[in-house]
Amino acid sequence: MTRANLLQIAVFAALFGLLELGTQMGWISRFTIIPPSEMVTGAYNLFASGKIVPDFVSTMWSVIVASLLAIATGFVAGAMVHSLPQLRRTLDPFFASYYAVPIFAFYPLFIFIFGLTDIPKMIIAYFYAVVAMMINTMNGLDRMPAVYSKTARVLRMSGTAKTFWVTLPAAMPYVFTGVKLAIAYAFLGTIAAEFILSTSGLGHAISFAYLNFDNNGLYSNILIVLTLSVVLNMVLFYWERILLTRRGLA
Amino acid sequence: MAALISKEGAGPNALSRELHSTPPFAEVHSCLRGVSKVYPERAGNPALHALGPIDLDLKKGEFFAVVGPSGCGKSTLLEVLAGLSNVTEGTVTFEGNAITGRVPDGVGVVFQEDASFPWLTVWDNLAFGLRRRGMDAGSIRSRVKDALALTGLSDFAKAYPAQLSGGMRQRVCIARTLVTEPRLILLDEPFGALDQQTRLLMGDEVLRLWRETGATILLITHALDEAAMLADRVGAMSSRPGRFLDVIETNWPKDRDSRIASAESFGRITGRLWSLLRNESRNAMGAAAGKLK
Repeated sequence: MTRANLLQIAVFAALFGLLELGTQMGWISRFTIIPPSEMVTGAYNLFASGKIVPDFVSTMWSVIVASLLAIATGFVAGAMVHSLPQLRRTLDPFFASYYAVPIFAFYPLFIFIFGLTDIPKMIIAYFYAVVAMMINTMNGLDRMPAVYSKTARVLRMSGTAKTFWVTLPAAMPYVFTGVKLAIAYAFLGTIAAEFILSTSGLGHAISFAYLNFDNNGLYSNILIVLTLSVVLNMVLFYWERILLTRRGLA
Repeated sequence: MAALISKEGAGPNALSRELHSTPPFAEVHSCLRGVSKVYPERAGNPALHALGPIDLDLKKGEFFAVVGPSGCGKSTLLEVLAGLSNVTEGTVTFEGNAITGRVPDGVGVVFQEDASFPWLTVWDNLAFGLRRRGMDAGSIRSRVKDALALTGLSDFAKAYPAQLSGGMRQRVCIARTLVTEPRLILLDEPFGALDQQTRLLMGDEVLRLWRETGATILLITHALDEAAMLADRVGAMSSRPGRFLDVIETNWPKDRDSRIASAESFGRITGRLWSLLRNESRNAMGAAAGKLK
């Protein structure tokens, strides 16, 4: 463990400790925030009682489906647009302003079409994730050194073999950034969509607790969502680190 | 040391006659006849006559170097010979067969840029081309082992390119070319990014590999001393559109190495090359400066 890691843990522990002390001593009102120890106990109890399981499964299912679809279609669409410079020039302004568009504004429309099912939140999560994947795929393909293509030609490789064995591995660090962002955006989109009108999921559980003045439930669920997102990010960061270190990019 | 054979005053036509009168004992390996390359007008840029017309006979087993001012079409010449670029006029043949838009079997190219694949170990980089050809694992193992030994990379088989120096990465690229057992090796300024000492040592290695493999080598370089030290013949090219101004025979013994740089005739060869290229380089610089205005 590096010194920076130790410092990060120390800062986190200090903040955690201060919050615990402040809430236990009454410096911070329990109506505002509950002690972190109670958040942990509450989160544990939610899992132990099985109460959280349907919400957890619903959220994860939406994140997984939206991420996988966004990664697959985003990669194919990104590669396709990359190979058509004219189309790319046309779409560039759209990509540049995409994340300024409030996709949530369309949520009622999706509910109108698909009903109060998991599909509307999956669609929101998908639309949040797919363009990040497309942009990073194009970025990765842009940055592939021209000499790799020449090498593939010298090795008399077919177009398909070149795509599979040279282009894809060469673009992988950027594609992986796309994967990382797609998962993060899918998570964000799912939780946020669950807040609005969904009848299940961790976002819905937070919203439900908030509307019922259930501070314990609110913070326990927030802690679960935060832990989930941190763990997901750490796993992806670890893989990305291995990938980049191997290529001398980290 | 054998005396320098210069063909002073030989223009492109005289040279063409000389090239056509190749001695019968020297088998022609690769041949260019009346080759021109013009890049068509594109995105508002006018058409560019990059090369030729040019004639060249590469003799089997010889080491031929090409020098010339920047932008004279040296790399275009290599791409045409490799089958990476189509010619506008003329014919290119390798072992008697016309090259038409595809790199022929038996041709290997080492580029100036680092072309080692960073996601593969040194071993896998070498095995890459053989695996794509569907060669059996035993043959791949034996060829890769030999190429690693030949290029002094045996201890680095499990390393990734990022863990190696620039010179060693270029050696990986050379080994990856050698492993396919090419009969014609085209080197496009492969030592361009290396320091002078490393270049000299890499030159020695290329000479050793050339002797051991018996392949024909064409080296593109901007370094006159490198061309004079390594090649049997050095072709000096004019500024764009690139044509051969002269071809100088060095007459070095086959078992030469970089120590040849201290030979008296080495200075004469580089001096002759510079006298050929000085005005051409000035022309090229003038053209570049005009472009900037």
